[in-house]
Amino acid sequence: MIKISESDYIIILKHAESCLPEEACGLIAGEIKGDEKLIRKVYLLTNTDHSNEHFSLDPKEQLAAVKDMRAEGLVPLGNWHSHPESPSRPSEEDKRLAFDSKASYLILSLMDRNSPVLNSFKISGDTAENEGLVIEKTEKE
Amino acid sequence: MNITVAGVKKEAADGLTVAQLIEQENVETPQYVTVTINDEFIESGAFDSTVIKDGDSVEFLYFMGGGR
Repeated sequence: MIKISESDYIIILKHAESCLPEEACGLIAGEIKGDEKLIRKVYLLTNTDHSNEHFSLDPKEQLAAVKDMRAEGLVPLGNWHSHPESPSRPSEEDKRLAFDSKASYLILSLMDRNSPVLNSFKISGDTAENEGLVIEKTEKE
Repeated sequence: MNITVAGVKKEAADGLTVAQLIEQENVETPQYVTVTINDEFIESGAFDSTVIKDGDSVEFLYFMGGGR
């Protein structure tokens, strides 16, 4: 299971909406407690592809985010990206470019603008498993 | 010499190249890794010829991308 605060979810959602029609993307960091991942900070990065069908994280921003995580004592948990026109599930390209089987891959679907859907997946080869994402109503600790 | 790899201080042999460090660190899918030394991005074509110096800080950044 992976948990995200409602405030961080809204940060992602607003950013993804502001990037439309392009895909938006970023990183997530936090803590791992047993079987639970707790997202403590979300990072909004530039999609260098500037596409509605693809995304690549900006390496310079990625470096800055990694350093920030380290400075704040957070561990990298994975990344997130939006699907402006498709469901919240990994595409074939998402699977092909998912190199870390321990990472969480959050996908925000904006296909139905009135009902955005955020899921988190673990991806290993051709297999994607929905790991169960909980959006916590409470503010971050 | 002493270097820092992904925030961790380590001892390394003098003359170590980026390519050798990638192998030493068991970096997975090295073809999708970007390397920085002291925040400078190293071209992948220069991994074999770039020698790491005492005090350098090296980061490995894994390509992250996808599509709908």
